[in-house]
Amino acid sequence: MKTLATKRYHKAAPLFLVLLLLAAITGVAAVTTSSPATAATQVSADAILEGEKLFASNCATCHGLGAQGQQNIAPSLVGVGAAAVDFQVGTGRMPLQMSGPQARAKQVQFDQGQIDQLAAYVASLGSGPAVPTAEQVDGSLGDPANGMQLFRTNCAMCHGSVGGGGALTQGKFAPSLWETTPTHIYEAMLVGPQSMPVFNNANLTPEAKRDVISYLEEQRQPSAGGLKLGAIGPVAEGFWAWMVGIGLIIASTVWVGARSS
Amino acid sequence: MGTTLNGAATGTANYVDERTSIGGFVKFFARKIFPDHWSFMLGEVALYSFIVLLLSGVFLTAFFVPSMTLVEYTGSFPTMRGVEMSEAFSSTLHMSFEIPGGLLMRQIHHWAALLFTASILVHMARVFFTGAFRKPREINWLIGFTLMIMSLAAGFTGYSLPDDVLSGNGLRIIDGILKAIPVVGSYMSFWLFGGEFPGEILIPRLFTAHVLLVPGVILGLIALHLFLVFLHKHTQYPGGGRTHKNVVGLPLFPVYTAKAGGFFFVVFGVIAFMGAFFTVNPVWNYGPYDPSPVSAGTQPDWYILFVDGALRMMPGELFGFPFEWVIGGYTLSMNLLIPGLIMPALLFGFMAFYPWLEAWASGDRGEKHVLDRPRNAPVRTGIGVGVITFYVILALEGSNDIVANLFHLSLNDLTIFSRFAIFILPVVAFWITRRLCTGLQRKDHELVLHGNETGRIVRHENGEYIEIHEPLDAQAHWIRVSYEDIAPLDFAPQFNDRGVERKGYKFDRFKARLSKFYFEDRITPVTPDELEEAKHQHH
Amino acid sequence: MSNPDQTPHNDAPESFKDPGVPYHRPRRADVDPKAAKRAERQVAALFGLSVLGTIIALWAYFGLDISDDIASIQQVNTMIGVGIMLAMLGIGFGAIHWAKTLMRDHEMVEERHELRSSEEAREGAIQNLKDGVVDSGIGAAANGVPRRGLLKGSLITALAIAPLALLVPQIGNMGGDWNISKFRHTMWKQGTRLARDPDGTPIKASDVTIGSVFHVIPEGLNELETHKIEEKSKAVVLLIRLDPRDLNIQPGREDWSFDGIVAYSKICTHVGCPVALYEQQTHHLLCPCHQSTFDVANGCKVVFGPAERPLPQLPIALDSDGYIVAQRDFEEPVGPSYWTRLKTPAVASTGEEASS
Repeated sequence: MKTLATKRYHKAAPLFLVLLLLAAITGVAAVTTSSPATAATQVSADAILEGEKLFASNCATCHGLGAQGQQNIAPSLVGVGAAAVDFQVGTGRMPLQMSGPQARAKQVQFDQGQIDQLAAYVASLGSGPAVPTAEQVDGSLGDPANGMQLFRTNCAMCHGSVGGGGALTQGKFAPSLWETTPTHIYEAMLVGPQSMPVFNNANLTPEAKRDVISYLEEQRQPSAGGLKLGAIGPVAEGFWAWMVGIGLIIASTVWVGARSS
Repeated sequence: MGTTLNGAATGTANYVDERTSIGGFVKFFARKIFPDHWSFMLGEVALYSFIVLLLSGVFLTAFFVPSMTLVEYTGSFPTMRGVEMSEAFSSTLHMSFEIPGGLLMRQIHHWAALLFTASILVHMARVFFTGAFRKPREINWLIGFTLMIMSLAAGFTGYSLPDDVLSGNGLRIIDGILKAIPVVGSYMSFWLFGGEFPGEILIPRLFTAHVLLVPGVILGLIALHLFLVFLHKHTQYPGGGRTHKNVVGLPLFPVYTAKAGGFFFVVFGVIAFMGAFFTVNPVWNYGPYDPSPVSAGTQPDWYILFVDGALRMMPGELFGFPFEWVIGGYTLSMNLLIPGLIMPALLFGFMAFYPWLEAWASGDRGEKHVLDRPRNAPVRTGIGVGVITFYVILALEGSNDIVANLFHLSLNDLTIFSRFAIFILPVVAFWITRRLCTGLQRKDHELVLHGNETGRIVRHENGEYIEIHEPLDAQAHWIRVSYEDIAPLDFAPQFNDRGVERKGYKFDRFKARLSKFYFEDRITPVTPDELEEAKHQHH
Repeated sequence: MSNPDQTPHNDAPESFKDPGVPYHRPRRADVDPKAAKRAERQVAALFGLSVLGTIIALWAYFGLDISDDIASIQQVNTMIGVGIMLAMLGIGFGAIHWAKTLMRDHEMVEERHELRSSEEAREGAIQNLKDGVVDSGIGAAANGVPRRGLLKGSLITALAIAPLALLVPQIGNMGGDWNISKFRHTMWKQGTRLARDPDGTPIKASDVTIGSVFHVIPEGLNELETHKIEEKSKAVVLLIRLDPRDLNIQPGREDWSFDGIVAYSKICTHVGCPVALYEQQTHHLLCPCHQSTFDVANGCKVVFGPAERPLPQLPIALDSDGYIVAQRDFEEPVGPSYWTRLKTPAVASTGEEASS
């Protein structure tokens, strides 16, 4: 006899069934995730929902749907806070392009609005550091001299004396800070991404962090001595002394010794 | 009197001559002949950069305060305002930011120092590769070698004077190496710093060493070095008319007065160019010395990099075997002594001693005034390239964090690679260079026998095709046939007729073995017989 | 190539003949008066460039103001530098160009003399010295008996040791109090609070969250009147908190740390640089000078590099107000090794120096 399915079976039915299943899963996921915490009360519920969708499609493959992380693949993001998301996604480090000694800053994949939504979503999962205010990252309000003292004690050993970057072990490195925005600098200090230690607000107060930003902004000015040669230090200086100095001088000795026409 | 000088000059010359016999001196020197080649000016680069150092140094001493007394910075530079620092550092900042031209002079001084040390090594390499250290110039080689060591001392004491974090950490490393010396090390540390590191007297002591003691020794040695060059007369490259018994070239006055004198201004101009446009040693970025901060890219100036590289390369322990030993309760840090003292001593000792090593191998006692083309001394050239390779590997390892950061490599992998490379690559470089030299000699041999290929093909009536070769001109021919052929030494038999071993036999045998290493595989220069032979083979 | 047994075909000479100094090839300025005049003008122009350079340098010095901002400082220095550069290069290139184009460049030959003195001079020298020795009374008399041998020996002895009268006070005074036992002790004592570097404020345990690193000095260091930097050179410490599950507490040191908070000396045991790079995820400390790497989770033992000994650990505890304090000084000297490192006595528990 003819089954019920043969009569009611429409050629588009499989497609509709899949969409229905997806919607059901999403709905279940949305309902079963924990309710927003008190992290950022001004963030609208819409932002969190949008962020959740973005997260599901871009981050969940590694970090898991509830951002709880996967062993040996990606850490849990519960409690990392909006600041961590703003930093990682805002510098293009996340989504991670390929595995290696560390995540590298690259082309940013999302616009700031989407980053804010992702940040709102992650912040809703567990309380963590918030994105700093404009005033907190305004270098003109900071003291560059105090920033110098703090930077050289806490930061220069990895990032170089003026923030030009430096090597860590096994192929890792502390990146150059010359192109980094003040907000991202603040967030990195607060969050301690990857190999970087955490500089919580008891270690470096928000004012201290702003002083560090002020110091770094001073370093973006031209150098009083002329070309900076990368501000790498004596190795670059020695290299240029040989290349330019000895090079020009030997060129001139060859000229001196050559026969005149 | 001969030529007429103007009245004032004649009067002065007469006045001085009647009191000093300077006439004979002027006669001897004015038309002294110096051979002409650009590579002979490299030593001058060192001399002239030293003069620039003296001149710019005098400017700096007018403003630098060699004191470790702590003061609060009251100058204009924004990231230093209110910071506590030594007077040495403060006066350096003052001179850089408040004295017009002060920073320029500091930069001229520092670039000149980097060039001084570099040009010494380039000059030393030229002297080495052309064999200019052979008799009678061995003593001058030693004087030059000592000048090289003094230049390192001058540089190190100099860049430590501003008392900044970078050079201060360098001093701390020196303190660590000193302390590692057995028995007396701790006392040497106390002696240098006047107590515990860093003490309050170090900068004034370094200042005196840097502006008085070291330059004094350098000036004295330069005077001796130049006196010997004049006494021995300069060496010359092989060529027509040039023998071990003459000098062919141009006179001191006016040609070299103009060329060498002018060259001083060229060197000064290049240094001024670098001082005007390139930042060097920006101590305001490092901050005043404090034992707590340190920055990525902590290296000494380039000429000390080879020691730093050795320190980085040396493992603290290898497969469980430690390099720090406790003997009877006393600590012996071989992980410091080997790279910090033993390796430099061996390297420098070898360099200083080399003329005697080669003299033993060649056994030649005559004065040598015609230089070798490097290809005609393959073992010597190979040794030179091997030593340079060794030095460069050390310097690269000393920059390993810069290299790692720049090329996104692993710091640890670089270090492990260089631990192997330091033993293997210099030997490989020696071997390759030696084979290259021998190859070039064979090429020369061919050129003498057959001349240059012209690319013109001629067909004989009988169908044979030949390429026309153009014989070398007289000068090119002469250069290729006139080099010395040194055969390995023989030595007298071991036992005399009574069966007693001869005194000095062991040393002779060593010299003979060395000689064999140097000269057994060699390309002898073409003889006239061989050339005739080759000519006949063509027809 | 050569066969020494074969007789030559012709009368080939023993060795090749030296072709002599090559002929002088005239330069343009030697044959063409116009070229010579042009060269002369070029030389004069170069000297003129030098004068221009001097003027630029003087103008820059007097005319440009050096004020607070970096741009003006750079401008003054660069312009004076450009002036000096042109002033020098003008003279240099001018003089050399003159020598190359206009000065007579025919090669000349000068004979060398053998450096070895003539036999006559040598014999004369030896004889003069011999005469002098005889005259001095030290040398042998005509009959071969040495006279006044006492003179030579006593002279040499006196000369050999006289420099000591000067050198010993010189060297001896330069070493301060020569008290190398100071290497053994630091400022840390029982109850000394750990304070932030550089501002000196004490640290509460609750401030130190997992993944944090604090750069630490002893409280009171900034108030020292004398020897502040010497004390800081030994006393700087790193305070790190790890997840207690990651921390392998070393046997015998169970009470030296708490809650995953550990304190280690910051002075590298290799040659003394500050070991400051903390890699949070691997919990390794990297020294930037020679890349010694220490594993904080395993007693700061060396995992790579030239250091051989682990960083000394500072035993810490919590005081009643929640601040972190030291229990006592380090139990070994901090920093690089030295000969008597294991021989200097340990500090007493009150922190007084055991040796005077």
